[in-house]
Parts: sequence; structure tokens; C-alpha cells
Amino acid sequence: MGEVIVVTSGKGGVGKTTTTANLGTGFALMGKKVVLVDADIGLRNLDVVMGLENRIVYDLVDVTDGNCRLKQALIRDKRYETLYLLPAAQTRDKNAVNPEQMKQLCTELAEEFDYVLIDCPAGIEQGFKNAIAGADRAVIVTTPEVSAVRDADRIIGLLEAEGKHNPKLIVNRIRPAMVRKGDMMDIDDIIEILAVDLLGIIPEDEYIVISTNRGEPAIVNPASSASLAYKNIVRRLNGENVPLMSFEVNGGIMSKLKRFLGFGEG
Amino acid sequence: MLDLIQKMLGKEAAGSKQIAKERLRLVLVHDRVNVSPQFMEILKEDMIKVISNYMEINEREMEVNLTQTESSVALVASIPVNRMKRGGSSIE
Repeated sequence: MGEVIVVTSGKGGVGKTTTTANLGTGFALMGKKVVLVDADIGLRNLDVVMGLENRIVYDLVDVTDGNCRLKQALIRDKRYETLYLLPAAQTRDKNAVNPEQMKQLCTELAEEFDYVLIDCPAGIEQGFKNAIAGADRAVIVTTPEVSAVRDADRIIGLLEAEGKHNPKLIVNRIRPAMVRKGDMMDIDDIIEILAVDLLGIIPEDEYIVISTNRGEPAIVNPASSASLAYKNIVRRLNGENVPLMSFEVNGGIMSKLKRFLGFGEG
Repeated sequence: MLDLIQKMLGKEAAGSKQIAKERLRLVLVHDRVNVSPQFMEILKEDMIKVISNYMEINEREMEVNLTQTESSVALVASIPVNRMKRGGSSIE
């Protein structure tokens, strides 16, 4: 029986889809059997981020409507043998599926796969409710901005209300130089405000743009600074105890030096 | 002098992150005020438990509410006291 993990955020544009694509690919690199489910019905994007947009025949709504069998809608990623995608429908809306159907779908997928990763749409309406319905755990993606952290807080409350406890936080697009200057909230600030466990930190990385252009997740490129961060998160989700990387620690070496000299932010 | 050294080391007197944190703190206090009735009920029960160690109160007429103004949120409780328990004035 596999594990169903929903990747959510509240706010749009913080990196849910990119995170889902990279974590999924990371599990596949580990040899785990994993399926990515795009729950953003009407605004599908996980297919293009994964570079699988030309291979879609059936979609999630075709499955829940009974137009095809689940297996027929799953796209196997030819680059990584154990990686599959269940694309969202593009011409339907969020109300084409209900939470009960999503639960059923997740249960079926968890029988086949080690990990089922669900890419949740932005917002807190029907699409969100559908996406979290069948999830065993939740991963919240935020960025070090007031708006994104605020929305993350709201999502944590809503998850709690639905009985999904202990979500884990990914802080995306950290810019260490700005954190050092005191112009960006650091990890401790965000963790203290949201009172959740940290799963990992992803540095801002230009290569993400390039990898999305190409339809090939950045995690496979060792030159990408986000790659190692994603790999660490995958290992943590898989139950390993992986310490935070040096850039993941607040401010890095300069702040340690400053703290030593007595000027640190503490 | 210290200011200058701090600036050289990249630490402004108050970076914009402090502003972000303060704004976020305030906005979240307001966002979280919309708590469920159950939450307030549990809080009320806990308060009754603690206060009852010291005095007898009229639980039926007790009121506990969160009120908010633009810049703050306050927990306002109105708790009618029926009787003080003995020993309140002694020093233990």
C-alpha cells in the first residue's frame, strides 16, 4: 500500500507544480514506483512541466466518468521507468470531480504505486477539496513573502479542519544573499510564524526556468542548485534523516561569523 | 560606529524582513480570529476549570469573545462571580 501525498499552497505561482514534478522524478530516480496526479482540472500544467503533453490520450475526468480504465489514462514517462502521470482534464472544470471520487482514485493508485503525488490547484475551493480528499499527508509549498506565508497559514488551518494533521513545509525560492541582508524572511521566521515542521528549502535557481522550457525536471541536472535540495526532500519523505544543507541553514557562513562577532540576528 | 560596522557586514538597522514579519504577524492574528465555535467552547470550558479553583462563577451568563480593532485583537471575557472561595486572601 503506497502513500498519497498532496502538494498544496493556497497561493498560486509559488512552485507547486515544479515541486511535484521534481519530487516525483526524484522518487523514480530512487527506483520507487510513483504516479503524479494533476488535480488542477481546467488549468493543467504538470504535463508540460514534465514534457509529456504530447502523449495524453485520456485524463483524470475520463477515469472518474468511466470513459476509460485507470491504466489507460496513465502515461508512462519513458525516461524514468517507474514514473507515471495522470493528467488533468483541460476542457472541464473543478466540479467535474467530487472528493469521494478522488478518494476512490487515490486508493486505487496507492495499491499500484509506492508514492502518489497530487498537484493541488491554487485556491481553497472545490479543486483544493478534491485534491486533498484522498491524501495521507500534505506538503505545503511557500515562498518567503508575506502573501505566500499568509495563504500557507490558511491552508494549514483548512487541512487541520479536514483531519489532515502535521503538514510539512517546503520554503521555495530562498535567496541567501537577501536573507543575509535582512531583506528576506529566513526559515526560522517562517517556521515560527506557521508553527509547522520544515521538510526542506529550495534556493532560487534560474535553471528551473530552463528545465521548464525543456520539459525536463531540474532534479536530474547535478548543476542545478535546486537539484540537491529536491533530492534531500525526496529522501526525507522516504523516511531518511537528512540534515539541512549549508545554504538551507539560516544565512550561511557569514551569519555564523557575524554571530561570532556579536552582530548576528541571533 | 557600531552602526557603520553593522552596515558593512550587511545588516541594516532594520531590513525589510522586520516589516514583513510584523505585517504578517498582525494579518495572521486577524485571519485566525475566525475560529470555530468549538474552539471557543473548549477555551471557555478550560477557563471555567481554572477559575472554579478560586471562585464560584455563573457559567450560564459567562461570555467569552474575541473582539478586533484595526490594530489589535483582544479576548474579552465577562464572568459573573457568585461567591469567592475562602483562602483567596491568605498567603501560602
